[in-house]
Amino acid sequence: MSVKNGKTTGRNLVKKFFAQRETSVLIIILIAVAIVQIIQPKFLNVSNLKSIALSVSTDGLLSIGLCLALILGGIELSVGGVAAMTCVLTGYLCLAGVNVWAACLVSVLAGVAVGLFNGLMISKVGLPPFIVTLGMMNLSRGVAYILTKGSPLSLSGYLPDSFRFLATGEVLGIPMLFIIFVVIAVVAHIFLMKSNVCRNIFYVGSNEDAAKHSAINVDRVKIGVYVTVSVLATLSGILSLGRFNVATPELSVGAETTAISAAVIGGTSFTGGVGSISGTFLGIVLLKVVNSALVMLNVSVYWQDFVQGAILVLAVTMDYVTHKDKSNGGIICALLNKVRK
Amino acid sequence: MNREMLLEIKKVTKQFPGTKALDNVQLSVERGEVHALCGENGAGKSTLMNIIGGLYPPTDGELFFEGKKIAPKNPGEAQKIGIGFVHQELSLCPHLTVAENIYIGRLPHKGDMIDFPKLWENADEVLSRFGANFSSKTKVSDLTVSEQQLVEIAKSVSLDCKLLILDEPTSSLTDKETRKLFEVVRSLKQENISILFISHRMPEIFAICDRVSVFKDGRYVCTMNVPEINADDIIRAMVGRELGNLYPPKSSCIDKTTELLKVENLSGKIFKDVSFELYKGEILGFAGLVGAGRSEIMTALCGIDKKTSGTVWVNGKAQSFKNYRDAVDQGVCYLTEDRKKQGLYLDMSIKSNMASANLKAVSKGIWLQEKLEKRLADEYVKRLSIKVAGIEYPISSLSGGNQQKCLLGKWLSIKPKIIIVDEPTRGIDVGAKLEIHNLLRTLADEGVGVIMISSELPEVMGVSDRVIVVHEGHLSGEISEDDMMTEENIMRLASGEAV
Repeated sequence: MSVKNGKTTGRNLVKKFFAQRETSVLIIILIAVAIVQIIQPKFLNVSNLKSIALSVSTDGLLSIGLCLALILGGIELSVGGVAAMTCVLTGYLCLAGVNVWAACLVSVLAGVAVGLFNGLMISKVGLPPFIVTLGMMNLSRGVAYILTKGSPLSLSGYLPDSFRFLATGEVLGIPMLFIIFVVIAVVAHIFLMKSNVCRNIFYVGSNEDAAKHSAINVDRVKIGVYVTVSVLATLSGILSLGRFNVATPELSVGAETTAISAAVIGGTSFTGGVGSISGTFLGIVLLKVVNSALVMLNVSVYWQDFVQGAILVLAVTMDYVTHKDKSNGGIICALLNKVRK
Repeated sequence: MNREMLLEIKKVTKQFPGTKALDNVQLSVERGEVHALCGENGAGKSTLMNIIGGLYPPTDGELFFEGKKIAPKNPGEAQKIGIGFVHQELSLCPHLTVAENIYIGRLPHKGDMIDFPKLWENADEVLSRFGANFSSKTKVSDLTVSEQQLVEIAKSVSLDCKLLILDEPTSSLTDKETRKLFEVVRSLKQENISILFISHRMPEIFAICDRVSVFKDGRYVCTMNVPEINADDIIRAMVGRELGNLYPPKSSCIDKTTELLKVENLSGKIFKDVSFELYKGEILGFAGLVGAGRSEIMTALCGIDKKTSGTVWVNGKAQSFKNYRDAVDQGVCYLTEDRKKQGLYLDMSIKSNMASANLKAVSKGIWLQEKLEKRLADEYVKRLSIKVAGIEYPISSLSGGNQQKCLLGKWLSIKPKIIIVDEPTRGIDVGAKLEIHNLLRTLADEGVGVIMISSELPEVMGVSDRVIVVHEGHLSGEISEDDMMTEENIMRLASGEAV
């Protein structure tokens, strides 16, 4: 009897493991890596892995932000614009002779201001997040163009090594930028899952009216999230400056769609109330691995958008199809069941 | 006299994963009768309606319509056979006109163009059969709920339906609108259309129904002729046992010297100069018509909505709540009337729902403690005897009565000094209703201030020790003597007359 029980709980654990969105995404990543590695043995070399890690990091910061905004039941389209604006602003100030750390502080304040503006317009004025952040997307990108007059600013010689180390340095062979990103992601994950402040994001996203009727200060939660998202975008912008040594207004063009895709592939609901940083993390890794694979396989870069779009549609469709029947344990269980039959 | 059977259901069973929603049930509806369906939530009424309406097929059993065997695969097929279904939640296109909604999917046309003159004419003709006082060119969003319901009924009737299913049609209507709906039902009956009428409200069944069929736990219990029975007969059949007193005993220990709550000259958007006291040990009822401003008074009192002026005392201390959090921290809470829209996080777990107003109690510092969260949910699940498969399951898996008990548990967990419940038993079954009434009485006895808003007069009179009546945003009177507490007196005050 006890053996039997042990068996069933064991099977339940397996089922639970496979029902996690993270598991599905991880398995897809592993399969993708394996296939590419067989065709192109240079795929898993150190320099390629590093370059994947770098591109995961800057877009990953934006993806974490989008994950938060989506759980809240909102959306944030201005992350790419804010990254460009703060990148350019920091560079512009450095060229004007301001200390790089002071310039970073000014940029962070600018990021906070953007987040406050978004949050206030959405909560207190009551405008739809899509419209507010769409406007801010152009506003912030516009600031970047105005400051640079359209052409990238070169900063070679202006940025101190201590600053550049954050973006280009390595610790034990691991890019510093990636370490920073992982630390932020882990901290964000713990806060989102375990802190009572962040639980309110789920409540508001699940049912805003009910949150109001549960004595949750809905406006404060919204403003908090939009400020956090903007600050994450600012970090991404500043770190990109250090990485490329150039302040370009074209930074992160279209990154908001990559970030949305990463969050959604990672299981974040578009209607709010559901999502996780761990899923989002794997989502952005999957997108970047596939991008890199396309390059390594000598596929024209013009295919990148196409493939990214296809992955998103495929992930969401599979999710929808497998979760229509709630008793079943996600994509993998569905596949296993199919095979068994 | 044997009348012609319009619909006959024989030995229908419906199996869902994990539960048997219907077990070998039968039902027969005569042509031109109004047939009520009764049963607690989860008794299988909705499942049966959905099978008749073609939303899903039965696992086993047969349906006969006008003597012919039918098996509608979707609502469209059911409509073609002559079965119309007006759902509790209306499904109209709010931005389109009444006529376009009635003839949706089959607009009259000349060539490729819509023939609007003919559309208006046809729609107006259908509407005139019910004495509707709005034109078919009106936008649906400009109509009241009851008028929208009329549009749904008109849509079914214009499809030549012979059987019309009305699923709790009066749940969001005022008394006046309900009376109007009944006129419509009677005129449909005149046209020899049969009505299947689902309702939790006994007086309605006795007002318009010819026969009533009772279901319990997915089984058919009996069918009775309404003129030959009384409400007790139906309730007995529904719960399967004798009900003692329908309401708990009134309080014997009201302490008129202790004011738990005092409100003076409270004004807000749609109410003015509201003053009242709540004493220790009593349940204070608030009656009045829907829209009179009862809920608004309470939400302004708690700081959920803004008040324009007025003072609130809790336990003799003047309070000015800047927001709802302030009120909750002082032990004042409000349980909303709109469970689905404002009460529940439907896709979240039972335990997350119950902790949502009280995260501090389940945290250490800023960190949530899963153990504490579980303990809190377990405590109230046990105390309120909520039927759950597990506190990790989504709250949407519970019946209405159990969801409501979870919400009560959520507010009890803040250890309230004053709890305001708004329509606490709306749309829940008789058994759960009784439990909630008893719970409110226990709370009052323990010294918690209880205010109950209810549109059900028997409930207001049965549960409250004192009733305050609201009419168009002001208090129109108070009834505290038992012998004065009659439906007639309350209705008089509610419509603005003196007692």
